[in-house]
Amino acid sequence: MGDAANTPAEAERYAIGISFGNSCSSIARISPEGKAEVIANEEGDRQIPSILSYIDGEEYHGTQAKAQLIRNGTNTVAYFRDFLGKEFKSIDPTPCHQSAHPQQKDATVAFTVRDTASETPNTITVSEITTRHFQRLRRSATDFLGKDVNAAVITVPTDFTDAQREALVASAKAAGLDVLQLIHEPVAAVMAYDARPEATVTDKLVVVADFGGTRSDVAVVASRGGMYTILATAHDYELGGATLDQIIIDHFAKEFMKKHKTDPRENARGLAKLKLECEATRKALSLSSNAQLSIESLVDGVDYGSTVNRTRFELLAGKVFSQFTGLIEQVVKKAELDVLDIDEVIFSGGASHTPKLASLASNIFPETTKILAPASSTTAINPSELSARGAAFQASLVQEFEHEDIEQSIHPMVTVTPHLTKAIGVEFTSQTETTFQPLLGAETALPARRIAQYFAPKEGGDVLVRVCEGAREIKVTKPEPKAKEDKPAADEDDSDFDSEDEEEEDIREIVWKTEKPVAELAVKGVKADGKIEVMVHVNPDLGLQIAVREVGSQNAVRGAVNGSA
Amino acid sequence: MATPQVVNISLPSLPQGWAGEKDFKIVGALSGATKRNVEPVGPHFLAHARRSRHNRTFSEDERLQAQNSVKKTEVEEDDDISEDEDPMMLNREAKDWKGQDHYAVLGLKKYRWRATPEQIKRAHRKKVLRHHPDKKAAQGKGDENDSFFKCIQKATDLLLDPTRRRQFDSVDENADVDPPTKKLTGSKFYKGWGPVFVAEGRFSNKQPVPTLGDENSTQDHVETFYNFWYNVDSWRTFEYLDEDVPDDDVSRDQKRHVEKKNANARRKRKTEDVVRLRELVDECLASDERIKKFRQQARAGKDAKRLAKEEELRKAKEAKENAKAAEEKAKKDAEEAAKADREKNKKAKEAAKNASKKNKRILKGSVKDVNYFAAAGEPSAAEIDGVLTDVDLIMAKIDVDELAVLAEKLTIAGKDGAAVKTAWTGEAQRLVEAGKLKAGEAKVFA
Repeated sequence: MGDAANTPAEAERYAIGISFGNSCSSIARISPEGKAEVIANEEGDRQIPSILSYIDGEEYHGTQAKAQLIRNGTNTVAYFRDFLGKEFKSIDPTPCHQSAHPQQKDATVAFTVRDTASETPNTITVSEITTRHFQRLRRSATDFLGKDVNAAVITVPTDFTDAQREALVASAKAAGLDVLQLIHEPVAAVMAYDARPEATVTDKLVVVADFGGTRSDVAVVASRGGMYTILATAHDYELGGATLDQIIIDHFAKEFMKKHKTDPRENARGLAKLKLECEATRKALSLSSNAQLSIESLVDGVDYGSTVNRTRFELLAGKVFSQFTGLIEQVVKKAELDVLDIDEVIFSGGASHTPKLASLASNIFPETTKILAPASSTTAINPSELSARGAAFQASLVQEFEHEDIEQSIHPMVTVTPHLTKAIGVEFTSQTETTFQPLLGAETALPARRIAQYFAPKEGGDVLVRVCEGAREIKVTKPEPKAKEDKPAADEDDSDFDSEDEEEEDIREIVWKTEKPVAELAVKGVKADGKIEVMVHVNPDLGLQIAVREVGSQNAVRGAVNGSA
Repeated sequence: MATPQVVNISLPSLPQGWAGEKDFKIVGALSGATKRNVEPVGPHFLAHARRSRHNRTFSEDERLQAQNSVKKTEVEEDDDISEDEDPMMLNREAKDWKGQDHYAVLGLKKYRWRATPEQIKRAHRKKVLRHHPDKKAAQGKGDENDSFFKCIQKATDLLLDPTRRRQFDSVDENADVDPPTKKLTGSKFYKGWGPVFVAEGRFSNKQPVPTLGDENSTQDHVETFYNFWYNVDSWRTFEYLDEDVPDDDVSRDQKRHVEKKNANARRKRKTEDVVRLRELVDECLASDERIKKFRQQARAGKDAKRLAKEEELRKAKEAKENAKAAEEKAKKDAEEAAKADREKNKKAKEAAKNASKKNKRILKGSVKDVNYFAAAGEPSAAEIDGVLTDVDLIMAKIDVDELAVLAEKLTIAGKDGAAVKTAWTGEAQRLVEAGKLKAGEAKVFA
């Protein structure tokens, strides 16, 4: 070929979304039909445990490695995500109790495992472990897609520091994955729902409850015109699926002790077996009302088998459940909002499959709030797959971009924007009352533009459009006095009677009040049964451009209010 | 975002007495804004980033995005097939399909063997739309002549069948590029021969085919090119030129005869083609200036190496000689310097001797001049002896320089007895202080 054609073409970029969790990781892509698709690895797992295990120099990954926790715990590395890019003194090694223990090495964390055929163990830094984990994920994706996967969008928790991000990017790079962008897990979850073809762009406030294997993170996300802003976050590093597993472990351990007088939890291998099986049992309880447990040779060669039903589990786990819901309530308060403000609750993470969590959440929030969990909504996406799907969607969006383009786009110059403190809307006055209809909600990122159509008065004529700032108030109506008498009795009852309780509580509702009028426009000579279209455009400097026109005619009024800044 | 939400509430009527300039009245301003971090994800954020990075407003951005998408579709339809039709071709008989230029029939003359099946299909459709017999009938040209339409069908059938298309391409003389007839030099060579090999390259089983390149091509490239063409693996066949095998009504022998003839003809043509191509490459190679250049370069390289070696040897030798000469010169210089030094020393010594002799004379003379410090009249022998003993003593103790100094002092003192004595006493004292003379050793000059 000619000289010019001799230069090899740059390898085509193929990006996937990766959700990298402490306990499990997922890989996803956008299928040619435009749907997010979580990729199964060689073993058919879509939630691939983030665990690596070594026997005689052979590396095991995922479910196979997880099974090694019982017999080969010291050469198995698990729960390492949160150690990445951190100093030894600031990590919590509790989850690694049964696997290789983290150690200090220079400024980072390392594990000592026998990863080669030789007897002498090697010290491997957490970055190296992460690289190996990513290599396996990349290979799975490449095998599944038949194309060389060389780029990724990875999700991280909202509290990931810059050092952690850098370490993660470096590890992925070493595994041959070009990290296009790191995105926050709760936002990825919201986007996974918004990326569905049937979804429409609406202004909403979303609570994303991410209940993972070892930690829980809850965030309030304002979604305004498809742009997301995190308003508040709350984390609990000790609450997660493992906490629920512990309840089942304790339950079965007690049952075992009654029969055999030995505590299986005191034997390391017994505890490991019990833990693995109880996790499976807990997951089974999310799907059916009964679940079995059977372990061969739990301790002293005794086989053990038993069943547990969901009601019993829910009774035992009541306290832990309230911790989960407490976290949700806490974050709503932190965002200076009321539960009535929340339009959607998205359940994410493995532990979110638990049906009780969804039903408890629906008790906290009003009926109008959508609870997106598999137990309460048939259209809900599998909570374990949410972040990976969101990441895949973002990957498909930025795949074609140059690195420089992405960097410029996620630069604070672009991402830090003024947000409205008060809602902007239109006031309606009739003879009896004054109502306010919000058009741009509070916490809308500027610049923003909204268009709405309102009906003109039946008889037509001149119409006034009054654009105002509004405030939301929560109106509490006292219930009937009779209900008060019943209340003490109801309190003694169990949570089963929650629904009755609710009826007797104070009736709380959102009422919009006009706070400050901004501009008034008059549209003259509107036809009877006409419609008025109002377009409000807010500049970053808080300047307003308002255009009002009658639908289907040339009759229009426009004006601008100068910004304060 | 741009789609309006419909709210089912009616707006209030304009109250009496409301007035505003152009029906617009500012009543207040918005209360402040909080700065927050927008999450950089999602299509709407990317739109926001695009707007803020390029400083566009909503409507500008929408317009530009729309324009961009329009452009893309235009490019796709750009490569349309439209070629003029030769009236001679339109009158062709379908019977004579073997003689027709199938690409010209479909209007693909400029693509020929490069035309993709997709292009052929599109070209066929286009031609059919124009030349369909029913269309002609509708236009009133009632000649019912659908022969060109049949030509189109034949051409399409042939070109869409990969085997038959290859057979036609093999003998498609219109796609051949004739080699230059006279010897070309300089850039003309590449312009003349390049397309020839591109056209020949269409028969190669191995693709892509290396190009001829230009005068700046590397030796590697040129070698690859000629190696390729001397070992080319060609699929060119000559079945298309076969004589028609007669139908079954003729005897079997006749049929076999024709088949045999065809096979022989094909073989012959193929051999001829191989020879032709070989000669072509030979001719090109013979007039390729680059080969000469590379040979010269190689020779120059060798020569340069040899020269460099010789030069090095020569330099080493020279350096050696230089060193030797320098050494000898240094030796000679040193000897001469030593000699000169010796002579100089000798002279200096002589001078010093003379000077000290003179100084000694002055010293001795000085005491004599002042009459050996006698108060008056002739000095006694003892006095003279005492003074002279001391003078000798001091003279023996002091060196040449001090002698000169003392002589000078004494010369200044002249015949003044007291001054002479002071000079001598001073000298004796200095020698005592220096430890060269014992106190009291000099009796007169104590």
